[in-house]
Amino acid sequence: MNAIAKSPFAWLLKREYWESRRGFLWAQVTAAGVILAITILGIIAGEVFRARMGVNMSVHMGAANLNEMLRSASAHDINALVKGLDMTLLLFGFISSVVLFFVVFFYLLGALYDDRRDRSILFWKSLPISDTATVVSKVIAAVIIAPLIAVVVTLAGYIGAQIIVSLWFLAHGVNPFGLLWAHSEPFSLWLHLLVMVVVNAVWALPTVGWLLVWSAAVRSKPFLWAVVIPIVAGVLNFWVGLLGLPNVDSRFFWGNLVGRALLSVIPASWVAPDALSHGVDFVGSDQLAAISYSSMAHAFALPQMWIGAIVGIALIAAAIWFRRWRDEA
Amino acid sequence: MNVAAEAFAERHATPPAAGSETVVHARALTKRYKNAVALDGADFEVGSGRIVGLIGPNGAGKTTALKAILGLTDFEGELSVLGMDPRRERPQLMREVCFIADVATLPRWIRVHEAIDFVAGVHPRFDRAKCERFLARTKLQANQKVREMSKGMIVQLHLAIVMAIDARLLVLDEPTLGLDILYRKQFYQSLLEDYFDENKTILITTHQVEEVEHILTDLLFIRDGKVALGTTMDEMGARFAEVLVNADKVEAARALKPIDERGAVFGKSVFLYDSADPEQLAQLGEVKRPSVSDLFVAIMKGTYA
Repeated sequence: MNAIAKSPFAWLLKREYWESRRGFLWAQVTAAGVILAITILGIIAGEVFRARMGVNMSVHMGAANLNEMLRSASAHDINALVKGLDMTLLLFGFISSVVLFFVVFFYLLGALYDDRRDRSILFWKSLPISDTATVVSKVIAAVIIAPLIAVVVTLAGYIGAQIIVSLWFLAHGVNPFGLLWAHSEPFSLWLHLLVMVVVNAVWALPTVGWLLVWSAAVRSKPFLWAVVIPIVAGVLNFWVGLLGLPNVDSRFFWGNLVGRALLSVIPASWVAPDALSHGVDFVGSDQLAAISYSSMAHAFALPQMWIGAIVGIALIAAAIWFRRWRDEA
Repeated sequence: MNVAAEAFAERHATPPAAGSETVVHARALTKRYKNAVALDGADFEVGSGRIVGLIGPNGAGKTTALKAILGLTDFEGELSVLGMDPRRERPQLMREVCFIADVATLPRWIRVHEAIDFVAGVHPRFDRAKCERFLARTKLQANQKVREMSKGMIVQLHLAIVMAIDARLLVLDEPTLGLDILYRKQFYQSLLEDYFDENKTILITTHQVEEVEHILTDLLFIRDGKVALGTTMDEMGARFAEVLVNADKVEAARALKPIDERGAVFGKSVFLYDSADPEQLAQLGEVKRPSVSDLFVAIMKGTYA
C-alpha cells in the first residue's frame, strides 16, 4: 500500500486533486453544508411555529405533543420513517450527483487544454512522465477520485443530518437510537455507493473520451467543439429525417450518441435506459430499487454499456495521441 | 545574404569540436510546417561538458530545433540525444534532460511545497535536500502559490527545481526573457556556480547574446533552418579578427576580403576577417577578438532585407 502511495502514478493523481480540490472536494462540502443548514432552519421554523400555535396544534394532531406522537408510533409509522431516511439520503445523493456532473464535465474539458493555454504543459512535459500516464491519471481522477470524494461527503452529510434530527428527538425526550439509528445501515450503504462508483465509471467512458479528445486537440474553445458538434449533428439528422431521406432514428441518435457523448458522466445515468425498458417506478416507493445491485448487474448486460466503453477507450487513446504530438507552434 | 557571408557560411558550416562524448547528434534535421520550413537539413553536434549558445534571428528554427531535441515535435532526418531517439524514448530521455522553456511556465495554481513534492515523487534523479538549499537562499515560502509570485521569483523556483535534478543535458529556451537585470545575472551565476560541471551540458537560446557571451564554450549560429556557423569560442577567437582601420588604409583592408565592414568614429572603419593572416591584419590597425554579437550581425546580414 505504501509502495503504491509513493509510486509516480500516485503523485499524478495527487496533482490532479491539488489542482481541482475546489471542485472535487469543496463544491461537494458546500452542497452538503447547504442541505444541512436548510435542515436546521426547517427544524427551527417547526419549533417556532409549534411554540406559537401551542395547544391548538396538539389538539388537531390528536396527541399531546410530538413526544407522545413519536412514542406511540406504530410499526407502519416507523416504516414511513425509514422511507423518510432513504429520501434524505437520496436528496444528498441527488444534489451531490448534480454537483459531480458539472465538476467532472468541466474538469475533463480543461484537463488537457488549460495547461496548453497557460503554457505550463512545458513544465509537465519536462518531467519523465509518459503522456499515457498523464492522460490515464486524468481519467482516473474524473471517474474514481472525484466520485469517491462525493460518496464520502454524501455519507458524511447524511450522518450529519441524522445527528441533527437525533438531537431534535432528544430535545423532546425521545430516544433516537431505537427509531433512527437502528434502521440505518451505514456500512451496506457505503458498499452500495462504492460499487456504484465502478458502474458509473465504466458507463462514463464515452463522455470521458469525447471531452478529453477535444480538450487535447483544439487550439481554443473546447467547450464549443465538444458540445456544438453533437447537437448540430443531432439536429441535422432530425432535419434529414424530416425531408424523408434515410437517417438514424432520432431517439436513438439523441439517446445513444449525443447523450452518451455528453451526459454519461451523470452518476447513475445508466439507470435510465434500463429502467425505461423495465418500467421501474421512479415516482413511487421504489426509488432505491433503480440503483439496486440487480439493477447494476443488469446495466452490465446492456450492449450500450460495452459498446460505449470500447468507444470511450478508443477516444481516450486518441486523446493520448493528441497529447503526445499536438505541436503548439 | 551578402556574397561574403554566403561564401563564409559554406566554408564553415562544420560542427564544433565535440567533448569527450556526444550529447546531441543531428544530421539533415528537417522540420516542415504546412506553409514554412523551420529546419532545413541542419547538421550539428553537441559534446558533453559544453555550454552551447544556439543563436539565430526570429524564425530561424531555434525553438523548433530545441523541440525536436526534447521530443516535443516530429521531424525528418537523423537526431539522437544521449543515444536515444527523442520521438520514441521521450519518457526515458526526460530522466536525463531538463528544460526551462520561456519564463513562467510553472502552473499558476501550484504551491512551492506541492511542486517540490511532485517532482520528488516522479523524478528519480531529483535531490530534494539540494532543492531546499537553493530555495533557502530566496524569499520563497513553502506555502506560496505561483500566481502570487513575480516573474523573477517563478524563475528562481523553476531553477531551484531544475538544478536539483542530476540531468546530463539542460535546455534553456529564452530563460530570462522579461526578467530584470538582477534576476538575469543571478540566473546565469547560479547555473555556473552551483550546477554546471564537466558531465553536464547546457544548450541555451537567447536574444540577449551579450548576456551569455562570457559563459558559452560553443556557438551554433542558425539561419533559415540551417547551421550557419558551428564553432567553439576558442576556435572563434583564433579564426575571426576585428580590425579598426584608419581611412587611409581602407582600400588595403578591403583587399583582404573582410566578411563585414562597418563605419566607426573619426572616419575609421571596423573590418571583420575570417581566417586572415594575423601579421597582415596587424599592419592595418588595432586587432581584437570580435564580440559574438558583432560576429552574429555580420553572418546574419541580409536576413531581414
